Amino acid sequence: MDQSSIEKLPKGWKSIPNDLGSDQTAFKGVQWGKAMMWIFLLSDTFIFSCFLISYMKGRASTVVEWPNPSEVFALDFMGVPVPLLLIAIMTFVLITSSGTMALAVKYGYEKNKKMCGWFILLTAIGGLTFVGMQAFEWSKLIHEGVRPWENPFGAPQFGSFFFMITGFHGTHVSIGVIFLFIFARKVFKGDFDTGKRGYFTTMKSDYVAIEILGLYWHFVDLVWVFIFAFFYLW
Amino acid sequence: MSDEHEHKLEAKSDYTADASSVGASDIDAVPEAELPDQDLYHSHSWWTTYVFSQDAKYIGIQYALTAIGTGLLGLVLSWLMRIQLAFPGLGLLEPAAYYQFVTMHGMIMVIYLLTALFLGGFGNLLIPLMCGSRDMAFPYVNMLSYWAFVVAVLVLLASFFVPGGPTGAGWTLYPPQAITAGTPGSNMGIILMLISLILFVAGFTMGGLNYIITVLQLRARGMTLMRMPLTIWGIFTATVLALLAFPALLVGCLMMTLDSMLGTSFFMPAMVSMGEKLSYDGGSPILFQHLFWFFGHPEVYIVALPAFGIVSDLLSVHARKNIFGYRMMVWAIVGIGALSFFVWAHHMYVSGMNPWFGFFFATTTLIIAVPTALKVYNWIITLWRANIQLTLPMLFSLAFIVTFLNGGLTGLFLGNVTVDVPLSDTYFVVAHFHMVMGIAPILVVFGAIYHWYPLITGRMLNETLGKIHFWVTFVGSYAIYFPMHYQGFVGVPRRYFEIYESPYIETSTLVLNQFITIAALIVGAAQLVFLYNIITSARLGKKSEKNPWKANSLEWHTPQMPPEHGNWGKETPKVYRWAYDYSVPGAKEDYIPQNVPPSEVIGAKVEKT
Repeated sequence: MDQSSIEKLPKGWKSIPNDLGSDQTAFKGVQWGKAMMWIFLLSDTFIFSCFLISYMKGRASTVVEWPNPSEVFALDFMGVPVPLLLIAIMTFVLITSSGTMALAVKYGYEKNKKMCGWFILLTAIGGLTFVGMQAFEWSKLIHEGVRPWENPFGAPQFGSFFFMITGFHGTHVSIGVIFLFIFARKVFKGDFDTGKRGYFTTMKSDYVAIEILGLYWHFVDLVWVFIFAFFYLW
Repeated sequence: MSDEHEHKLEAKSDYTADASSVGASDIDAVPEAELPDQDLYHSHSWWTTYVFSQDAKYIGIQYALTAIGTGLLGLVLSWLMRIQLAFPGLGLLEPAAYYQFVTMHGMIMVIYLLTALFLGGFGNLLIPLMCGSRDMAFPYVNMLSYWAFVVAVLVLLASFFVPGGPTGAGWTLYPPQAITAGTPGSNMGIILMLISLILFVAGFTMGGLNYIITVLQLRARGMTLMRMPLTIWGIFTATVLALLAFPALLVGCLMMTLDSMLGTSFFMPAMVSMGEKLSYDGGSPILFQHLFWFFGHPEVYIVALPAFGIVSDLLSVHARKNIFGYRMMVWAIVGIGALSFFVWAHHMYVSGMNPWFGFFFATTTLIIAVPTALKVYNWIITLWRANIQLTLPMLFSLAFIVTFLNGGLTGLFLGNVTVDVPLSDTYFVVAHFHMVMGIAPILVVFGAIYHWYPLITGRMLNETLGKIHFWVTFVGSYAIYFPMHYQGFVGVPRRYFEIYESPYIETSTLVLNQFITIAALIVGAAQLVFLYNIITSARLGKKSEKNPWKANSLEWHTPQMPPEHGNWGKETPKVYRWAYDYSVPGAKEDYIPQNVPPSEVIGAKVEKT
């Protein structure tokens, strides 16, 4: 469906029954991949919700006291322990990378190959920095004796949930970073301009793929906000 | 019905194309194509044609065969369990083996047979064909989905060959016992089971996204959501449920894997085992039950909704009548799907919840009975004064209605806390869930296979063998499960590996156990007849004509039958009506396929859709 016929469709709430009552597509003008990513993210939201709700239940019912996050996650800065210093920087980097991703999508649709590629690379570097800092945080905690099965500061479930949830989220970020690098290469090579067929899927490349990857990236950042709030601020 | 009344009905609901007032081109108008023709993948080698196929029809058959193969193992396990129960003196099974077989039978039947067969098998085969598309939206991902399923099955089967054997924790895999010494397969077995489930969820997610996008974004011109056959509605809603319910299973499996392998204590409280205090401390076993059943209850409907959908279509086609209350049926499917997320703790009445939770979950559970009963009424009214053809699919559909009603009624018993507590963990529960989510859906599977077999192979299944298969299966299932209700009432507990005469067990139970076992073996043997029929008919069966059941839905109206790669030849079909225009007054034939334009059936009083 081209842009002009989409604009003729009713707007606002009226568009919902109208689109659902129509034939062929329920989301007018939305590429399959984009719709798929939204639905996948809904499913992924349920995964993270299950993790976080399990964490709340675990924290609420543990027999040993839960450690104080602002002490455990403090970082010595010039001899003074600053609570949540590293986490604050990590969060800042990750949220910033969401901004650069949005710019990459914009330049992608403008077919500005150079800017799009650089912003994707910048996003990837942001993600990589985040994962690097997370690795630093993990090793710091491990040095202090925190393990998935034990924790010198209090409830052993603290270590279990911390490593599991941040690990699962870190895996999401890492997968995103890998795809960002692949996409940066594809952008610089001009695959999205020529519509080169994918190596595995044999489908034509299209700039919409960058927006789809962007959706995933923003989602991973949003999930981090929730993990940050529930794990570090509570 | 009086003439006057009939006349009123006509006037209200009928829509007659009038050739005199408008030209044929106007009444045949369908919206313009919104998308260019699908960019199809064409295989170019033996491997990409027959092994890593990206054609949804072929993937559907691959899924179905793998699922049925795994299901046969589940069937054999049930025979062995039944022989052990009827003749404990034979000493056929060790206690450990019995529990392992119970577990594997349950898991295989629910996940690897029914879920994979309905969604992976029928979903892949029917969604593109019934929606009028050339293939799924993402054929490559679809192929990966199937192979992830194969790996999941292989990991599951591998657990039979590891030290300690497969897990014997029961299909619910409750911790702490699932990963504590003393339970069979508490080391390797349970880990392989959990990994297999995680792989299954990953594979299913890939397939499920395909089904959803194909239904939402890839329908033919003129195919609105409210013109889709109910089969598609059932499979679509079940897929949505699966995508939202499997995450809980995934998280539960992941956490238990960590408990087992790394020694975390998510689900493990402080315990003493064999006189020694274990290193676990402070976990919550109830948390796992919540995660499991948040998946487990929607899972019941993941199996049931496709069956509801398929049976509606089979009834309508073989009774030559439109389905009664199509829109009601759609909303019932969607409503049951939504409600299924609010009832999970009715599996946990004896877990020690706050009584108010029991009150809440009993109420929501009973509310589900409303849309479900509505569907049963609609099926029966569909049959009312219909031109019923007693073909095999119809026989199986009729058997489904009775069986589902039966299982549903015992569900009302178990949904009430006060009635459930004494019946909990007895054979009454076993009888209930086998009736409602074992026999009932599998009857639909059989009906569907008899119905769509010609579409896949171009040949009909043998009718006589089919009748034998039907009657033995139908009557036999009742011989198996009716006595179990009674056994439950007299208090025979489930999951006991041998039941001897004792002051606590009625003598009649022992006789019944032998009766049930013999019935089970006979029903099992009937399935071999079915398999023989399927295998031999593929080559030797009677050649089928193009639309053997005179059905309306699009899958029977491809240029070739069986359909080729790309399904529709040059042009995808245009859809003008719903799939239920049977015995329409004023039409020459007793059916009007979905792709027949109004100008060709002038004067037929069709429903406006």
